Amino acid sequence: MTTVLDAQLRVDRPGFRLDLAFTLAAGEVVALLGPNGAGKTTALRALAGLCPLTDGRIILDGRAVDEPAAGRWVPPERRRVGVVFQDYLLFPHLTTLDNVAFGLRAAGGSARDARVEAAGWLDRMGLATLSASRPARLSGGQAQRVALARALAPAPRLLLLDEPMAALDVDVRARTRAELRRGLAEHPGATLLVTHDPLDALTLASRLLIVENGRLVQSGDAATVTARPRTEYVARLVGLNLYRGRAEGVTVRVAEGLALTVAAPVHGDAFVAISPSAVALYAERPSGSPRNCWPATVVEVRGHGDQLRAELTGPVSVAADLTPAAVAQLRLVPGLRVWVGVKAAETLAYPA
Amino acid sequence: MTGRRVGGAPLALLAPAALGVAFLVGPLVALLAQAPWSTLPRRLVAAETLVPLWLSLQTATVATALCLLLGVPLAWTLARVEFPGRRLVRALVTVPLVLPPVVGGVALLLVFGRRGVVGQWLESLAGITIAFTPTAVVLAETFVALPFLVLAVEGALRAADPRFEEAAATLGANRWTAFRRVTLPLIAPGVAAGAALAWARALGEFGATITFAGSFPGRTLTMPLAVYLAMEQDLDAALTLSLVLLIVSLVILVALRGRWLGRA
Repeated sequence: MTTVLDAQLRVDRPGFRLDLAFTLAAGEVVALLGPNGAGKTTALRALAGLCPLTDGRIILDGRAVDEPAAGRWVPPERRRVGVVFQDYLLFPHLTTLDNVAFGLRAAGGSARDARVEAAGWLDRMGLATLSASRPARLSGGQAQRVALARALAPAPRLLLLDEPMAALDVDVRARTRAELRRGLAEHPGATLLVTHDPLDALTLASRLLIVENGRLVQSGDAATVTARPRTEYVARLVGLNLYRGRAEGVTVRVAEGLALTVAAPVHGDAFVAISPSAVALYAERPSGSPRNCWPATVVEVRGHGDQLRAELTGPVSVAADLTPAAVAQLRLVPGLRVWVGVKAAETLAYPA
Repeated sequence: MTGRRVGGAPLALLAPAALGVAFLVGPLVALLAQAPWSTLPRRLVAAETLVPLWLSLQTATVATALCLLLGVPLAWTLARVEFPGRRLVRALVTVPLVLPPVVGGVALLLVFGRRGVVGQWLESLAGITIAFTPTAVVLAETFVALPFLVLAVEGALRAADPRFEEAAATLGANRWTAFRRVTLPLIAPGVAAGAALAWARALGEFGATITFAGSFPGRTLTMPLAVYLAMEQDLDAALTLSLVLLIVSLVILVALRGRWLGRA
């Protein structure tokens, strides 16, 4: 696969530093996933040329478009980087057709040719009937598709999407996601999707870059990232309990006075991931089978799908998924002291 | 409910408010009451009215065009370009707003008069005299009207979302194209409102004009100057001219309210 983008992004701001390196290949859709304030939008703006790097470099198709150390700077209009903005930013005074034709005209095409080509884009996106409409009359999903068509029409090498679902109502997101997925397939270049929504990332992207506090904390395909989270944030996103500690064989010390027995041996710094459905609660200390158990206090019990989820504190905090029957039988209420049990076979340990 | 709310307003505020309205409207009512209605049709079409009116409309329109030509780029620069001394430039640009127009006229004479810095040079090189010509009228009007336009357009630019320009840039538009095809259409209502304000200000210009352009009938005698000169000989003629200016101003105001201000 051809590398489209080779980025080493470094942006310094008072109280914040973005320091992120990654590459994107042609045809690849990669999600930049992270909590609000992690620096995702700054990364997007740097790539688009809307915010200069402090240091590092952005190589697009083998050409440096921003490299402070070498004095290289290519303005956004000459980068061939398309952007679908969070609120789309469709030009309100232009029709849908002229919005899509805008980039084609800016590239030097005649108004007529640009319109013909734009009409083709609207047709492929299923928007032909709306070509004469102003953006104010479009629904959220339609506006998103127009924004995508507008960004793709000038054939950018790199397409950036900023929280593409954030402006949409929850009930239209699923359908729009499917349409967006189809739309992205039209793009032969690389695509970077910036989002804080793991569902967007998992459904649209083939690879995830997890960013926290301006740094890349984990990357890989969806299966790896979700099975082996490396930070609290990722663990919470995918709904796993995550502990970090020192491992010696099948024993991982994760807190003062708490060592977990895991299924497979690891050594050195390690993570232990435990699904909430693998956590059992007991009124008395369980005896018998070699399992991990420790005392804990119930903090909260709430609905979680057709199950109930209990949050507990203790040497480590832990989330447990229980059936309503189990909750009733244990009379779980906040403040209750219980015992937590996890089978060694239900743990996943991996090097940190 | 509405009645109770009005009844609840304190007299200490309502009385001065009513006085203020009376003070603003009263003189206009007096102008209408005193107007020589019987001879008005004849006076309206007389050369004494039509010649200065035509000159005023022409010069105010050319001055407004000049304001647009200089003021829109100036407003854009002040709103969108970071440069050292930007605040100072903005303050300087608004000086003519507070400067007595007569002082403006004197200053213009110092630059464009026959002995002025630029005027001297124009006269010797190209044989062009500016002072006391219709061109001087246009320059005087532009001088006092330009700040109105700049402030209105800069306000519109600051209210417009600059991210539309960023979106245009990511679509391959350079800043000039983005300005032409995105920014300008978006701020068009603000530009139009600023142009109308500038036009009205230019139409009423007196002090700078009489100082820098004089009051030569048919050449530099605009409506406000004609009103002033007529006051000394023929009050009815002055009232007629004033009435015409009042009507033109009202038309502008109504058009502004209906087309732009009402929506803003």
